[in-house]
Amino acid sequence: MESDWTREQPNRGRTYSCKELGPWALFNIKEDVTGHTQVKSSVQRAIRAKILEQYKEGIEGIIDDVMPKKAPLILMKCHEHINLIVMNNEVLFFNHFDGPYFPTLKLLHKYPNMLPRLQVDRGAIKFVMAGANIMCPGLTSKGARMDVSVPADAVVAITAEGKNEILAVGTTKMSTDDIKRINKNIGVETAHYLNDYLWKTVVDI
Amino acid sequence: MDSPDAPSSEHVKPREVPYCGFCSLPPEYCEFGPTLDKCKQWLSKNDKVLYAILYNTLDDQLAAASLNETPEDDKKKAKEAAKIEKQMQKKMQSKVLIKRIERTKRKCVTSVFGLENFDVDLKKAAKLFANKFACGSSVTKNNQGNDEIVVQGDVSDEIFDLILEHWPIVPEDNIDLIEDKKKGK
Ligand SMILES: [Zn+2]
Repeated sequence: MESDWTREQPNRGRTYSCKELGPWALFNIKEDVTGHTQVKSSVQRAIRAKILEQYKEGIEGIIDDVMPKKAPLILMKCHEHINLIVMNNEVLFFNHFDGPYFPTLKLLHKYPNMLPRLQVDRGAIKFVMAGANIMCPGLTSKGARMDVSVPADAVVAITAEGKNEILAVGTTKMSTDDIKRINKNIGVETAHYLNDYLWKTVVDI
Repeated sequence: MDSPDAPSSEHVKPREVPYCGFCSLPPEYCEFGPTLDKCKQWLSKNDKVLYAILYNTLDDQLAAASLNETPEDDKKKAKEAAKIEKQMQKKMQSKVLIKRIERTKRKCVTSVFGLENFDVDLKKAAKLFANKFACGSSVTKNNQGNDEIVVQGDVSDEIFDLILEHWPIVPEDNIDLIEDKKKGK
């Protein structure tokens, strides 16, 4: 799967342990953006189609609001093959190589129904906000909730016990059934979390 | 899956999430950021209601007020407390009804009745439901002339959970789920 960030490890200029930290852990928008371009309308259509395909009913009703057809789409390319999809100076989605698109947290806060949501317990919040992946017990303990059934390699939103807003977005490393059954190791690989570099990114083109 | 109750013409409006003016996080997460003191200062100036909710300062304010008060104030306070107590008791007895109403064989709506007894802003609640379930939701007067929230689709269980989560003041036992079928099937 392309969503597996660990695959892209060898011979990059930088080293970071993707086992514990997401690709954003050392990402710095100021240094790492290598360029931005307004894409051709054909590319814009393709990106839009891919996002629609990926999120289907989660985004169908809102796609025209999220990505107005007329508005120019800016593709910001960053090191480590990270791409940001920017419209109206807002980062809407990001992906790695040509992997799946993740919505940014700011977009998710506006449209929380885009993704299935899993809830971590309160104890997990500070680890997630430090960039840690989410271990299964953080999703199965008393304060956690998994009300939806999701397969492995799915993009999910992470909420937290006692909080209203979404805390992080990531990819399931195993199905929710397996998270419950196995209950150890990484359940969700964190891609983007509150207070990471992407969160703090202010785009002004 | 195509839900017959969520017509695509129904417009999902983006939620507006306030962010902390100091650290940029949603204020409920400031406690996990590095600048909690400054965040609190900012919030206490800019959103007193949220501040009171997040940091439970109602108790603090009462404590501060009790430091400089006279016997008359005391009496007044006792009266007020009794009044609040009564209101609370009344509240604790009022019910919230979540009703599943079949419109046609496949379509149904969920009506929520009685939330106003718990000082819930019905318009805001309707908006919240619309956002959470990506469906139509509105406040209407029922035939008794009372306000109720009508949500498109069968979301009774979800609303039950959402009410518990969002308005902890509503006791679980006070929420009743009812099904209103047109004909027995
Ligand atoms: Zn803050």
